[in-house]
Amino acid sequence: MAKKPIGPVRRSFAPWENPDAKPFIEFRNVTKRFGDFTAVDNLSLKIYEREFFALLGGSGCGKTTMMRMLAGFEEPNEGEIFLDGQNLRGVPPYRRPANMMFQSYALFPHMTVEGNVAFGLKQDRLPKGEIEARVQEMLKLVKLEAFAKRKPHQLSGGQRQRVALARSLAKKPKVLLLDEPLGALDRKLREETQFELTDLQAELGMTFLIVTHDQEEAMTVADRIAVMDKGRIIQVATPAEIYEVPNSRFVADFIGSINMIEAKVATRNGEATHLRASGFDREIVVDQQTEASVGDTVWFAIRPEKVRLSFDAPADGCNAVQGEIWDIGYLGDVSIFHAKATEDVVLKSTVANVTRTVERPISWDDRVWLSWDRDAGVILTR
Amino acid sequence: MTETLALGAAEESKAPAKKRRSLGNWLLIAVPYAWLLFFFLVPFFIVFKISLSEVAVAIPPYLPTFDLSEGWAGLRENLSSFSFENYLFLFEDDLYWKSYLSSVWIAATSTLLTLLVGFPLAYGMARAPKAWQPTLLMLVILPFWTSFLIRVYAWIGILKNEGLLNQLLLWLGVIDQPLTILNTNAAVYVGIVYSYLPFLVLPLYATLEKLDESLLEAASDLGCPPWRAFWSITVPLSLPGVIAGCFLVFIPAVGEFVIPDLLGGSETLMIGKTLWAEFFNNRDWPVSSAVAVILLLILVVPIVLFQNQQQRAQEKDA
Repeated sequence: MAKKPIGPVRRSFAPWENPDAKPFIEFRNVTKRFGDFTAVDNLSLKIYEREFFALLGGSGCGKTTMMRMLAGFEEPNEGEIFLDGQNLRGVPPYRRPANMMFQSYALFPHMTVEGNVAFGLKQDRLPKGEIEARVQEMLKLVKLEAFAKRKPHQLSGGQRQRVALARSLAKKPKVLLLDEPLGALDRKLREETQFELTDLQAELGMTFLIVTHDQEEAMTVADRIAVMDKGRIIQVATPAEIYEVPNSRFVADFIGSINMIEAKVATRNGEATHLRASGFDREIVVDQQTEASVGDTVWFAIRPEKVRLSFDAPADGCNAVQGEIWDIGYLGDVSIFHAKATEDVVLKSTVANVTRTVERPISWDDRVWLSWDRDAGVILTR
Repeated sequence: MTETLALGAAEESKAPAKKRRSLGNWLLIAVPYAWLLFFFLVPFFIVFKISLSEVAVAIPPYLPTFDLSEGWAGLRENLSSFSFENYLFLFEDDLYWKSYLSSVWIAATSTLLTLLVGFPLAYGMARAPKAWQPTLLMLVILPFWTSFLIRVYAWIGILKNEGLLNQLLLWLGVIDQPLTILNTNAAVYVGIVYSYLPFLVLPLYATLEKLDESLLEAASDLGCPPWRAFWSITVPLSLPGVIAGCFLVFIPAVGEFVIPDLLGGSETLMIGKTLWAEFFNNRDWPVSSAVAVILLLILVVPIVLFQNQQQRAQEKDA
């Protein structure tokens, strides 16, 4: 593991580091099967109060099933789910203190915005005045006071999304479940809403659980992310840890872009590990201890933005390899260079376009040096 | 400001499309209108004309009849002899308004009964596994493959005193005396509910099948138990289907003749039966035509209501 402490970036809040902290939501060895298909496979997970937690994974990885089990729409075949100390087994959805914002929003088309937001409160048979006050409060929170009398089909996608949010927050649930909440919004609106969601969560001090396949979304909003694949959790960590210290090739590959080099452990020398990759003149030195023995096959993973490009040979003491520029992608803010280092290895390097110069010093077919620091990449054993 | 501009632009872009309605478009519209003209409007006017005529011992059994050879003068003379006497007669004899009232009453009651049977059926179909639904739909449509008349006759075999139903009930020991069902209004209700059930189930199924299940999940999530969600979500959202289905049962049931004739008794008063008797037994074409015209007017009211409702539903979808 890397030496540098990589903590939550947003605020100092890390109950998961405290072994005495009581989990607010706990999945204990939960398995859920649909016929032959195992959607969630013997999975355990702890989520803490006031946490913004993201379940991230591709389609069919079991993330939605996890959320639906928490909401009560599915019962696990094995294992238990606890919410605030209460075992949820056998508790129907309408008695669970969790509210969900549906991917489709599931707004009641025959009710006004007001009616939708009030629906949950009416189920509790609260006094009329109290319901009205709470509805107004919620509509103010999502800035939809002017649309109270409209029906859902008279609203834009973004407004509907906010009605759905207001409706699920109205009952002050112990946990708010967000199922791909921003999937139907266009990019600009989605980015804005991501920040609104984090602000809202901080303001309300509620526990939020979000399900998403969008890694950017998960990284923007969440305190911690669980990366899921085939019904299992591969890694649970803060966004920064997930990005900088992935624990497996799956996570490294799933989140962002990465260079992966297959190599063998050459020597293990105290703090550092030397790797030998075929076609590389020099050994790759990594400031990381590994459980792999000498001779084992491992993968060296490094993010493209941590690979430097230069015409001159870099100073000694850092990793370097020569390569030929193969492809250049101009994305506006950054450019991606693909350099062929060996017959099988093409390394990606992203360079921020800090100036507006049109002519780039490095061009196609140039021979360049690719270099990186000893602590820039990680060794992955699985 | 920008919004009004945008709206203006949208209207402008729509306008040329409207003007570009070609000959092909007109032809397309003309076909159904021609159909309506020849098969609805023209027969209606013939019936209406007969209703203004006088009964006569002749072929056809009314006067006057048009004769093109008499020319304009003959036509004018014919028109002057028309009268609304037959309509006045319908109000004088209480048989007619009692028949109308009883028809509407029987049709309304049967519609309600059909709804009570059909809603659970349609709901069950819509909630059944997707793989079963085509089969279930087929089973609802299947009776149409046998003649309506034969199916109504079959009910005589079931409902009569020594029929299948009474035998079953006697065998089960539920009753010791056969029940008299055939030739009562109860048998008419059974017949109408049975015959018109698919007309209610099909539109209702279509609406219920479209109902987004996540709405029920959302209701449940917000603390609403299933039975309450049924009343606050499922029922209001299936209302267009309920209304469509009810009209499709009510409208033909009002004018129903075969079912009350075969299954009903002498006390079963329905306008279809009265009309038949007037036409075939009394050979009074003018009066029976008047009965038919009034029946049409009575039915036009719910049909217009139905059309309005359909239009509103369509606008809502758009």
